[in-house]
Amino acid sequence: MICDVCKTHPATVYLTQIVDGNMKKINLCESCSKEKGVSDPTGFALADLLLGMGETQQVEQLPPTEHCPVCGFTQTDFKKTGRLGCSDCYETFDEVLASLIKAMHKGTQHTGKVPTRYSRNLARTDRLNELRRHLDEAVSNEDYETAANLRDEIRQLENDRN
Amino acid sequence: MKIEALLANPGEWLSSGGDHHPIVISSRVRLARNLAKMPFPGWAKKSERIRILEEIKPEVEVLPEMSNSFSQQLNELSATEKQVLVERHLISREHAAKGMGSAVVINSAQTLSIMVNEEDHLRMQAITCGFDLPQTFQLIDRIDTMLESQLDFAFDEELGYLTACPTNVGTGMRASAMVHLPGLVLSEQINQVVNSVNKIGLAVRGLYGEGTEAMGNLFQVSNQTTLGEKEDQIIDRLNKVIETLIQRENQARTNLLDTRRTMLMDQVGRAYGILNYSYSISSKEALNLLSVLRLGIDLGFFPEQGRTIINKLLLDTQPAHLQHVSQQKLAADERDHLRADTVREQLKSFPKPPNT
Repeated sequence: MICDVCKTHPATVYLTQIVDGNMKKINLCESCSKEKGVSDPTGFALADLLLGMGETQQVEQLPPTEHCPVCGFTQTDFKKTGRLGCSDCYETFDEVLASLIKAMHKGTQHTGKVPTRYSRNLARTDRLNELRRHLDEAVSNEDYETAANLRDEIRQLENDRN
Repeated sequence: MKIEALLANPGEWLSSGGDHHPIVISSRVRLARNLAKMPFPGWAKKSERIRILEEIKPEVEVLPEMSNSFSQQLNELSATEKQVLVERHLISREHAAKGMGSAVVINSAQTLSIMVNEEDHLRMQAITCGFDLPQTFQLIDRIDTMLESQLDFAFDEELGYLTACPTNVGTGMRASAMVHLPGLVLSEQINQVVNSVNKIGLAVRGLYGEGTEAMGNLFQVSNQTTLGEKEDQIIDRLNKVIETLIQRENQARTNLLDTRRTMLMDQVGRAYGILNYSYSISSKEALNLLSVLRLGIDLGFFPEQGRTIINKLLLDTQPAHLQHVSQQKLAADERDHLRADTVREQLKSFPKPPNT
């Protein structure tokens, strides 16, 4: 097997990385792997390497670098610092963070203190879920009058929240 | 309040009053909070940090608990002053590296310290003497509750309080106790104990937190995880482990008294001798010997009144404290001379060890 970069030397470094659910493989020779910084696992990403190689076909399959819409933070920044850019980053990068958070904590659901202004929201969410359940029941029982009333109540609550 | 006034007293957790515990020196709880829709301090531009500071600091200063507080922006403090606050555990080492756009507000009793724009927009800490994590938590929980009515904290129904580092997400709470374990160190059980505590998901660290060396037989035990448990569950779990540590330490001390009393007396006597008669001493040596004198008090070799002197010296022998007192930049060897002078002076009223 020869090196995917220089196409001359025999490959001695074989890399596999999962990017957005797709497995990417690349084979490198000793000197190309050093040049691309493969020996330093923290500074290396296969995606960057592939981008650098101009392998357009594969590059198209890669997701565009995701930016947090609120603060402009990227996943690369997170890898570099181990810190996030703003509280909205948790939503932007939730796929990456989910497994990380699961691995580092006792659970994945917060059970502790809730700020007062959110506890009102939480109560509303609970009530909404309950009403939706009743609505499903009413529909399956073909009790359309109750269903209509429930629907109005749900709309009212949803409007309050927004 | 000016820094001189703040530093004139050692802070409640080391002063003569208060509910001292022979093994647990202090209990500390900190909460991390952030404003919603604002970049975290490490990612925010300077202008944004200043805006965040201007939003948060006035709200902290008007809290009734913070009347007559010490409130300073980090860029207004000298490097020595910052380091003095680190040595008192009133700001973190990370916070001391901050300048423009960061601040700290400390109450006059030095039990509450609110850092603005550390790693998170708000790092709020309560520190009390002895072993009482639930009460220490209540102190800081009250501050948090008052602030949340004025500030919009970033919170998620699933992940709880959102923090710059995912390791703090959830409760944003780190509870810790500073424990003095000379018995376990002298009987060479400490590594085993530290390892087993680490295994159950709690951290044991050196005197000044992450990455610092354990000096003076002082260790910090704290929770590692912040998501999936309620605050009081975390504190309960930590309490149980600390109670076990206390038990193990007491056992080790009893054992040493029974089987190696002469060795103990020798250690205490030598510590007393070196501290009283040295003219140059490093901060590490001073801390280690003061630890042995503290053990001597715990074992009844010295009267209880000695504890206040030891506690005061714990701070006064730290490098930045010496630097601050001398009002000039000191080289390491000059500090060692001044430290020895300080120790000899303060130990004048410390009783001699018993003869048998």
